[in-house]
Amino acid sequence: MAERIKVAIIGPGNIGSDLMYKIFRSKHLELAMMCGIAESEGIKRARSKGIPTTIEGVDGLIKDGDPDIKIVFDATSAAAHLKFNGPKLKEHNKIAIDLTPAAIGPYCVPVVNLKDLEEAPNINMVTCGGQATIPIVYAVSRVAGAEYAEIISCISSKSAGPGTRANMDEFTETTAKAIEVVGGADKGKAIIILNPAEPPLMMTDTIHVKVKDTSVPFETIRDSVEEMVKELQQYVPGYILRVPPVMEGDKVTVIAQVEGQADFLPAYSGNLDIINSAAIAAAEKFAEKMLKEGSNA
Amino acid sequence: MANKKVTIVDTTLRDGSHAIRHSYTEEQVAAIAGGLDAAGVDIIELTHGDGLGGSSYNYGFSKVSEFDLLTAASAKIKNAKLAVLLLPGIGTIADLKQAQKCGATAVRVATHVTEADVSAQHIYAAKDLGMMAVGFLMMTHMASPERIVEEALKMESYGADYINLADSAGYLLPADVKARIEAVKNAVKIPVGFHAHNNLGLAIANSLAAIESGASYIDGTLRGLGAGAGNAQIEVLSGVLKRSGYEIGADFYQLMDIAQEHIDDIMLRPQTIDNGSLMLGYAGVYSSFLLHVYDAVKTYELDPRDIMVELGKRGMVGGQEDMIIDVAYQLKQNLEK
Repeated sequence: MAERIKVAIIGPGNIGSDLMYKIFRSKHLELAMMCGIAESEGIKRARSKGIPTTIEGVDGLIKDGDPDIKIVFDATSAAAHLKFNGPKLKEHNKIAIDLTPAAIGPYCVPVVNLKDLEEAPNINMVTCGGQATIPIVYAVSRVAGAEYAEIISCISSKSAGPGTRANMDEFTETTAKAIEVVGGADKGKAIIILNPAEPPLMMTDTIHVKVKDTSVPFETIRDSVEEMVKELQQYVPGYILRVPPVMEGDKVTVIAQVEGQADFLPAYSGNLDIINSAAIAAAEKFAEKMLKEGSNA
Repeated sequence: MANKKVTIVDTTLRDGSHAIRHSYTEEQVAAIAGGLDAAGVDIIELTHGDGLGGSSYNYGFSKVSEFDLLTAASAKIKNAKLAVLLLPGIGTIADLKQAQKCGATAVRVATHVTEADVSAQHIYAAKDLGMMAVGFLMMTHMASPERIVEEALKMESYGADYINLADSAGYLLPADVKARIEAVKNAVKIPVGFHAHNNLGLAIANSLAAIESGASYIDGTLRGLGAGAGNAQIEVLSGVLKRSGYEIGADFYQLMDIAQEHIDDIMLRPQTIDNGSLMLGYAGVYSSFLLHVYDAVKTYELDPRDIMVELGKRGMVGGQEDMIIDVAYQLKQNLEK
């Protein structure tokens, strides 16, 4: 059977470059093209690793890329994904893993709902804060229900790029929505804080959930959260609980920390690591399925 | 300097909201806003203490929605501008549009002192909506005057109508205030304002230092009601400014009367500098952490001062109330080891 599925990245910036290193470590994925729109550092970096490149964006991918490329990561912007990359990838039958806030396709938090999205041609990776908190919201809501869930995500100033800074509302609104749609809370709220401390702080995420069913024993909730953390650690090894579940009345509180794997970005950029790791986990799942189907055919 | 005009910004209904755990009712804000307007206050700020969208587990839930409170206040205001606070990352442009529908005509967009660029989106939106927009830099003790100038220039470039520097931790000494206000005043073409906290007993002295250094907008609250040891007490500030020869739009006696009639009865605790507030100022910790630290102390049985010192050491910024739980939990774990 073919050992690996060919993939491409659009957007050779920090996110794209980190994805590249993560793909190099993957058992099921092979990077077959890096696409940019200029002769940038990221394009040069990919070329130096022997990866075919284009500076004509998604058009270059369609024209010059290996036709066997099945999965494409989009690490550009919401506008580019909506206008160009999303529609063109669909037209050419390539699965899109959207790391922008465009969200043409359904939200994906792999540990929660990837199993339901195996047929989706385009999935959206929510936000970094969403990837770090929604699994916990879901772990609580699946056993005790969630009337309301609120998350506070703190990232170091150095790991917040210009895209995030120019559009804070996109983060809070998208994350809140996904807390409801994927996390299972009736109402979601998200807060993001940038902290400039030096040396940069690790990403921390606080999750508060107001449960619906207070008759569910605390141990059940705690076990559900702990089980979720173990599953999540399979693709985000730096995910730990700073404060394990504590319960006060009908409110469950958990504080998590995400240390990045430092593939390309520094370890304090746990926020970027977790969304990239989630994207890779999703791609690997798709690839595994394709490889299996391919070998059965 | 005599007869220089100073614009008073009253934030009893916003910063003061912290001190009463966000429990304002429509009747209370209508009476207070109506009184402030009649007394000649130029700008009245009203939202949850942490700005639009602040009602949450993290910062405390509002008893009454801030949109209902804005509607109630705006019905009583004839001349003053009704302002809202917005912290990007907490409040959104959608919230701002809703606030405008409820009568808000100005917004102060607040960021940590080194993060002004996150305010661009919201300042642009405010200007598009035809609102007055203020660039509000928090925790100004955490950056040098030079760095503050860089951030103030960014906010000016987005279209801010004035720049407000906040001593959110009540940490600055008068000479620090002077250095910061003068540096910004010399760099920007728009007016500069100042927001004090009284944790070291310097709110009035620092406000006066700010005005003498060129600030022309000054924040205060009735009875000093506000986070930590509170803000510059507006009736005191008015008396001091009058004695110093500044022209203020507000009537000194009327301010005293509103404070006595409407504030004394709603205060949950005297707005004194208790030990916790003093530690905020001493350690440079965000003033609204105070009551949340007192809550954590009850759960974790710790000395509030230890929590504050640790928060200061970690360099926590405004809005990180969740880290109080983190610090309390870690301190407790260490004690039990």
